[in-house]
Amino acid sequence: MHAETDIHFRDAAAKALLDPQLRANFRRAMDGLIAKRRAQFPDPGDLQDLRHLSTAIRSRSLLNLPDLLEQFETNCTKNGIQVHWAETCEQANELILAILRSKGAKTLVKGKSMVSEEMHLNAFLESKGIEALESDLGEYIIQLDGETPSHIIMPAIHKNKDQIARQFSQKIKDAKYTEDVDELTAMARRVLRQKFLDADAGLSGVNFAVAETGTLCLVENEGNGRMSTHVPPLHIAVMGLEKVVATLEDVAPLYAILTRSATGQAVSTYFNLITGPRGEGEMDGPQEVHLVILDNGRSRMYADPQLRATLRCIRCGACMNHCPVYTRVGGHAYEAIYPGPIGKILTPQMEGVGARHDLIHGSSLCGACAEVCPVEIPIPEILVRLRREATHEDAGSNVVGRGTGRTATEDWAWRIWAGVLKRPIVYRLASWFATRFGRALPAGAPLIKNWTQTRSKPVPARRSLAERVRAEGVPHV
Amino acid sequence: MREVYFYGTCLVDLFFPDAGMAGIQLLQKAGVKVIFPEGQTCCGQPAFNCGYWEEARDVARTQVALFPRDLPVILPSGSCAGMMKVHYPELFHGQPDEAEVRAFSTRVFELTQFLVDVLDVKLTDLGEPVKVTWHSSCHAVRDLGLNGEPQALIDQLSNVERVPLTREHECCGFGGTFSVRQPEISGAMACDKAADAEATGASVVLSTDGGCLLNVHGTLEAKHSPLRVQHIAEFLWERTHAR
Repeated sequence: MHAETDIHFRDAAAKALLDPQLRANFRRAMDGLIAKRRAQFPDPGDLQDLRHLSTAIRSRSLLNLPDLLEQFETNCTKNGIQVHWAETCEQANELILAILRSKGAKTLVKGKSMVSEEMHLNAFLESKGIEALESDLGEYIIQLDGETPSHIIMPAIHKNKDQIARQFSQKIKDAKYTEDVDELTAMARRVLRQKFLDADAGLSGVNFAVAETGTLCLVENEGNGRMSTHVPPLHIAVMGLEKVVATLEDVAPLYAILTRSATGQAVSTYFNLITGPRGEGEMDGPQEVHLVILDNGRSRMYADPQLRATLRCIRCGACMNHCPVYTRVGGHAYEAIYPGPIGKILTPQMEGVGARHDLIHGSSLCGACAEVCPVEIPIPEILVRLRREATHEDAGSNVVGRGTGRTATEDWAWRIWAGVLKRPIVYRLASWFATRFGRALPAGAPLIKNWTQTRSKPVPARRSLAERVRAEGVPHV
Repeated sequence: MREVYFYGTCLVDLFFPDAGMAGIQLLQKAGVKVIFPEGQTCCGQPAFNCGYWEEARDVARTQVALFPRDLPVILPSGSCAGMMKVHYPELFHGQPDEAEVRAFSTRVFELTQFLVDVLDVKLTDLGEPVKVTWHSSCHAVRDLGLNGEPQALIDQLSNVERVPLTREHECCGFGGTFSVRQPEISGAMACDKAADAEATGASVVLSTDGGCLLNVHGTLEAKHSPLRVQHIAEFLWERTHAR
């Protein structure tokens, strides 16, 4: 019943489950985030109102996406932001390289950006001789070890402070060993402060792009976003094309629900509204601002009325924090840029539903993600849709890799399943055998052996309910 | 006299027939005439969840046809009730029999939901003092919208102490085919659930879903735990009828 590709996530997860330190780090961190979020929403009615409003804003923005993007580009251009479009990650990387080369830039300091992770920008730039340094503390920590983010908001959440203390003492020049969080932070700050001052260019992501004003909104806690976008002479922003909203008024509720859902903060420490390069007579800010707008499969999702909901995402990470699977295996097991529930619907739509069959079946469909999602993305529903796409080629679908997750074994299994269950007389016979001989099945039989890894063998009752009702009549009190 | 249909579900049929009988008896004791149509198999959820919708529809159609009269259909399962009530309309969207299936879906209830919200039953506890804990099934709460009905029934029993389960709303790891496709993750979730249940000091874990019960029971049994699991219908019936 398993496609070959089912194995990837299963293997990586099984390995992660054997690491008690990793499991403890995630459980502790996720429990903390769940409690902090809960404290921000004391009134369930208010929370639902804010979720409905946020969902409506994101849905309306997507409904008008082509128009809003045009308006946004016009207003950015008026503000002096140079807008570039990229259909693929390769195009986006080349665009950024060209911008950097046109200014002779050799060093780039980066604020946190998941889109740049999607593009594998750092590796690309390194290969072209340009240093790209992460300045978000979490991103900085994982970059030191050559790792990828394990969470979209807290990229180094898989590490605890002892692990970071050891790492800093080994990797940062002249660093002494300390487990004091303030001292560790100060150490990273010393390194980064100099990098901000020296960098030829800064790069950032975008949380919300406002069409009516041509504004880039950036939410952050460390001030590194502001430093990356204001200190170097050149600022390059990257965003997915779904990030646009109509008005500044739309931003307020989205911002309110983003920080509360993500880190349980009422507001973030910094909220940047970027409206263009340094103006005449102004003392600071970059001389040039460029914006790269990336598609990478998003316009395909946009074209499908159900899958479009994927694009409502505001990247808060609440689905991860509340996911019983993510909490146990951590972000790296997904072998994807975006882990957790949102990653399970986003990654297969970008990389192909057959190729990432492992992810779409790596869910118990418990629905904890959809319950907390600030923009009400029906993640379990979309997972089921993608499971169908993986094994069937529905007319009118534009999903990448549709039908490629199909295996003859699974096809046969479901055909037999339906063959039995749509014929009550056959089911009656099958249940008679199951109740009489089911207990004799060896624990090592296919599928049962998966079940019995951690559980006793399931033993059917000696008489089925239907059989008892037939024998006893519907019982009377 | 009020009449209802009873739909046993495949897991109750094969693994928990006592819970099915108890569900029927609880309804009868509340003054309801119970009809148990022949030919019940499965709601079709496994195939639906795996993307095999044609196969799921084939099975679902034969089941819907068993309940022609305009009567409530009662299930001793939140997950299967969720499938029939919430997901059948999705599954049959655009099909020639969509209207008929939708009408059926509106009549579906989970057992405790019907006992509390419709029948408003009053239970008298005849059992010995016991400590229990409650595992809320994901689909019962999130798909079907169960809102404390089972707990309210347990709390009516004067000799029963209900101890809250840590992470009551976290999935036990069953997830249908998930339990065999991803046995390691599923097993880890089930082990954590079993440990949380043991930590309550209760002697019974109650739930409304055969899948969760099978999963948690198997996990507890594998570690030789004295903690038992029981379907809520069976528990309520055992404690409220004179032997």
